Amino acid sequence: MARVVIDPVTRIEGHLRIETEINGGRVTDAWSSGTMFRGIELILRGRDPREAWIWAQRICGVCTTVHALASVRAVENALGIDIPDNARLVRNIIAASQNVQDHVIHFYHLHALDWVDVTLALKADPAKTSQLAQSISEWPKSSATYFKGVQDRVKALVASRQLSLFSSGDWGHPAYQLPPEANLLAVAHYIEALDMQRDFIRIHAVLGGKNPHLQTYLVGGMSTAIDGNEPEAVINPERITLFNELAARAKTFVQQVYVPDVLAVASFYKEWFGYGEGLGNFMAYGDFPSGSINDPAGFFFPRGVLLGRDLATVHPVDPEKIAEYVTHSWYEYSVGDQASRRPAEGETNPKYSGPKPPYLVLDTDSKYSWLKSPRYDEKPMEVGPLARTLIAYASGDAQVKKIVDSVLAKFNAPPTALFSTLGRIAARAIEADIVVQKLPEWIAQLDDNMAHGDVRIHNGDKWDPESWPKSCAGFGLEEAPRGSLGHWVEIENKKIVNYQCIVPSTWNAGPRDAHGQRGAYEAALLNTPIADPERPLEVLRTIHSFDPCLACAVHVVDGKSRSYGRDGVAVPETEGSTSLPPVPAALYKAVVQGGL
Amino acid sequence: MAIDESVLETCKRRGISRRRFMEFCGTMAATLALPKAYTQTIAAALSQKRKPVMVWLEFQDCAGNTESMLRSPHPTIEDIVLETLSLEYHETIMAGYGKHAEAALKRVVDEEKGKYLVVVEGAIPTADDGVYCTIGGRTALDIAREVCGSAAATISVGACAWDGGLVRSNPNPTGAVGLHEAVPGIAIVNLPGCPHNSVNTAAVLVHYLTFGVLPALDPENRPLFAYGQLIHDQCERRAHYDAGRYVQAWGDEGHRKGWCLFKMGCKGPEANYNCPTVRWNGATSWPVKSGHGCIACASSRFWDTKSPFYERLPHPAGFGVDVTAGEIGWTVVAGVAVATAAHAVGHVVRDHFHPGDGDGPPPEEAKAEKPTTEVH
Repeated sequence: MARVVIDPVTRIEGHLRIETEINGGRVTDAWSSGTMFRGIELILRGRDPREAWIWAQRICGVCTTVHALASVRAVENALGIDIPDNARLVRNIIAASQNVQDHVIHFYHLHALDWVDVTLALKADPAKTSQLAQSISEWPKSSATYFKGVQDRVKALVASRQLSLFSSGDWGHPAYQLPPEANLLAVAHYIEALDMQRDFIRIHAVLGGKNPHLQTYLVGGMSTAIDGNEPEAVINPERITLFNELAARAKTFVQQVYVPDVLAVASFYKEWFGYGEGLGNFMAYGDFPSGSINDPAGFFFPRGVLLGRDLATVHPVDPEKIAEYVTHSWYEYSVGDQASRRPAEGETNPKYSGPKPPYLVLDTDSKYSWLKSPRYDEKPMEVGPLARTLIAYASGDAQVKKIVDSVLAKFNAPPTALFSTLGRIAARAIEADIVVQKLPEWIAQLDDNMAHGDVRIHNGDKWDPESWPKSCAGFGLEEAPRGSLGHWVEIENKKIVNYQCIVPSTWNAGPRDAHGQRGAYEAALLNTPIADPERPLEVLRTIHSFDPCLACAVHVVDGKSRSYGRDGVAVPETEGSTSLPPVPAALYKAVVQGGL
Repeated sequence: MAIDESVLETCKRRGISRRRFMEFCGTMAATLALPKAYTQTIAAALSQKRKPVMVWLEFQDCAGNTESMLRSPHPTIEDIVLETLSLEYHETIMAGYGKHAEAALKRVVDEEKGKYLVVVEGAIPTADDGVYCTIGGRTALDIAREVCGSAAATISVGACAWDGGLVRSNPNPTGAVGLHEAVPGIAIVNLPGCPHNSVNTAAVLVHYLTFGVLPALDPENRPLFAYGQLIHDQCERRAHYDAGRYVQAWGDEGHRKGWCLFKMGCKGPEANYNCPTVRWNGATSWPVKSGHGCIACASSRFWDTKSPFYERLPHPAGFGVDVTAGEIGWTVVAGVAVATAAHAVGHVVRDHFHPGDGDGPPPEEAKAEKPTTEVH
C-alpha cells in the first residue's frame, strides 16, 4: 500500500493537493486538500454593497467575471432591483463568452497534456495528420505543409533541450495512447486555441473594459452605454458588428476544432467512459434568464437536482437542504465540528490544525483542507458542465438531447456512460457548442432593442443608498463555467455586514463530511487504474476533468483570530470587532421565498 | 552581417520564419518606444543559442495575472514561451505536476543560480507561520525566499505581489504582504495593476533580455514607461472634463456620448498607468472607454486607499485642496491654459462651455484656484 501525493496539482487554477492510496495498480482511497486561504468575505464587510462585485470578482481571475455577476445579482435581490433588458442581454453575452472561452482553454491548455504526448508529435507523418484532420473536420488549417510547420517548431524546441512549459511532462508514459498523428494535430490546435481565446475575449474588452477582471458591472445594470446614434456609446452598430464577427469565429472554432478534437481524442481512450464516475448526484441552479432573474422557468440552462444516477427524475432545488460541514476542514463551529450549518447560519472560524510546514503528508483522519464540505440533503453533489448537461437532458431539452444522443451514438454508449471522466470532457464540449449557437441570438436581441431606440442600460432607482431600507438581505445564483455559484449578502446601514459564497469547486473538491462521505473528486478517483505510482498521470486525468478552481473554492474567512490595521500590522483584538455575525433568519427566508 | 546570420540560424533552429521573428522584434522596439534601428539589437539579443530561463510563482493569487499573460497580443504567449524564454515552471500551464514540477523548480534554482528570471503573482501570508499558503507542503514565504533569492531579477505582477493587494486589505486576515516586504533586498521590478497589463510585462522582459538591465524605474520600482503618467492626462474623455461635461447618471445622454466619468467616482485623476494608451486585449478597450470609472488599480494599496469606488474624488491632484468636486470642471475652464501646460500632455479644450451641463456654479463664481504645477 502506498500513499501517493500530488502537490502541486498543476494546470488548474489555485493550490490543490491530492493524496491517494494505491493498491494493486488502482486508487483505493483519495483525499482532496485546498492549501491556500485569503479571506475575501471578511474583507468585504463594512464596504459599499454597490462595489462588492469589484472585490468579489477577485476571488478568481480564471473564472473572472463570474463572481462579479453573482455579486450584483445578490445586491439587486437584496434591494429589489430589476435590471433593464439591455443589461440582461449584455450580462448573458459576457457570461456566454466566458463559458465558451473557459471551456476551450480548459481542454487545450489545462487538460490536453494528460492525453497528448507532445514528443510523440515528432514521429507523426504530416501527410497522414492532414488526412486525419480532414476526416474529422472542415477546419481549413489542415494541409500537410501546415502540420509540417508545426512539427518543425516542436522539433526545434526538443532539439534545443529547452522545452519550456513542456520540460517537466510525463512524456513516454504508458497511459498515452494517441497515435503520433493525433498528437501532432492536438499540438497544432493547442497553439491555435491560444489565438482563439485571445481573439474571442475581445468581446469582454468591449463590454467589460478589459479581461481579466471586467469593470463594467453596476448594481442595477451595466455601464456599457447603448445608443445606435452615438459613435461614442459603448454599444453602437459598429460594436454589434464586431460582436457578431467574434461570435461567428468562436462558433466555427468550437464546431470545427474543439468538438471534433474531443471526439477524436475520446475515441482512443474509450475506457475512460468507465473511470472517474464519482457521486452520481448532480445539481445545477440554472442560468441565462430570458426575462426576469426571478423566473427560473425561462432559463436557458435549466435548474434541478439528479440523485443516484437516476435520469428519470429531475428534483427541484430546495436551498433549505444545503448545509456545510467542517469536520475535515481547518475551521471550527461553535456547535461542534460534527454538525453541519446552513449557509444562512454562516460560521467560518479558521483554525489550522494541519502539520507544520514543510510537511510530507497530511493527517487525513483529522482535518486536512481549507475547503468546507457542502452537502445537499446530506448528500455530496457534483456541479459543472456535466451536471448541467445531464439535467438539461433529463429535463427533455430537445437541443441538448439531440447533441448528447449523437455523441453517444458515435461511441455506441448509453447515457450512463456520461457518468465518467470522459463524460465530463464531452459535456463541456457539448455545452460550448450549445452556447456558441445561442450567443448570436442575444447579440441580435441587443441590436434589435437598440434599433428600436431602447437605450436603457441601468435602473438607477436605488442607486442612491439613501433610498435603501435600514437592513435587507439577498442572494445571487449563477451557473459559472465550473458549476453552480451562489453569493449571499446582508446589508445594514448602507454597508455590507455579512457576505457568503458557495462556489462550484467547493462542491466538487471539498473533503469528507462528518459521516465520512467523500467529496466529488475523492469519490471519482476510486478504482482509477495507475500504471506507475511514481507517475500518477491517471489521477490528473480525472481531477482535471472537473476543471478545478481552488482560488474560488477557498474564500471563507476568519471570525475569531487576529485583526489587522490598515497597514497589515496585527492589532489587539477589540471585542466583537472581527467575529462574523450569524446570518439572520430574514436572509434565509429571502432565499427560500425567492422561489429557488 | 554577423547579426543577420545569427538571426537566420535562430529562426531555423526555432522553426519560425525570419520575417515573423523580425516582426516580433520590431513590435517590441515600438512597445519600448525605441528607434526602429533597435529592432536589430533586440533580434541579436534574442538570438542567443540558449534561451534565458524563467519561472513563474503563484502564491495567494487568483491567476488573473497569468490569464492576462495568456492574452498578451504582441508578443503572444506562444512567442514568449516557445521562442523567447524557457518558462520552466508555471503551475497554471506547465506540463509537469507534483514531484516533477517540484523537481523542475529545484533544477532551475540549483543549475541556473543567479541567471534566471522569476515572475511572482499573488500575496505572501506571514501570519501563523505561513500556513495560509503551502505548495508541496512548503510555505509561500519559504519558496519565495529561496527562488527569488537566487534569481538574477524578479518581476512582481499584479497588485497582490506588489503590496499585498486585495488579500492585504483591511483587516488582512492572513497577514499578507507584497514580495518586496516578504523578501527584502532582491532586485525587483513591480508591475502593479489588477491584473497587470501583459503588454507592459512583455516589454520589460524584452528590455531586460536586450540590454541586460531593467528599464528606468520610479521610486516604487515601477517602470516609468508604464507608470509615469496620470490616467487623467492620457484619457480620451479628458476634453469633456476640461469643458465641464460630466456623466450625471448611468445611461444618461452624457454617458451615451462618452463624457467624463469623474462624478461617477472615476479615480483617473489620482491614478498612474498607461491604460488609456496601451489599452487591453489587443488595444480593444479599457474600463473608461467601456463606460466605467477607473479604480486606480495600479496605485499603492488601492483597495483601501481608493475605495469607495463610486464616491467622487474630493480633492483631485493638481488642484487647490479647498476646491470641491463640483467646482473642478469650472475651475479648469477658468485656468485651463495653465492646467494644460502643467500636465504637459498637449490636451487642448476643443469645446467651449456647454450651457445647462453640470451643476457647478457659473464660471465667474468659481474659485479660480491657481492650478499647482506639481509633477504627477
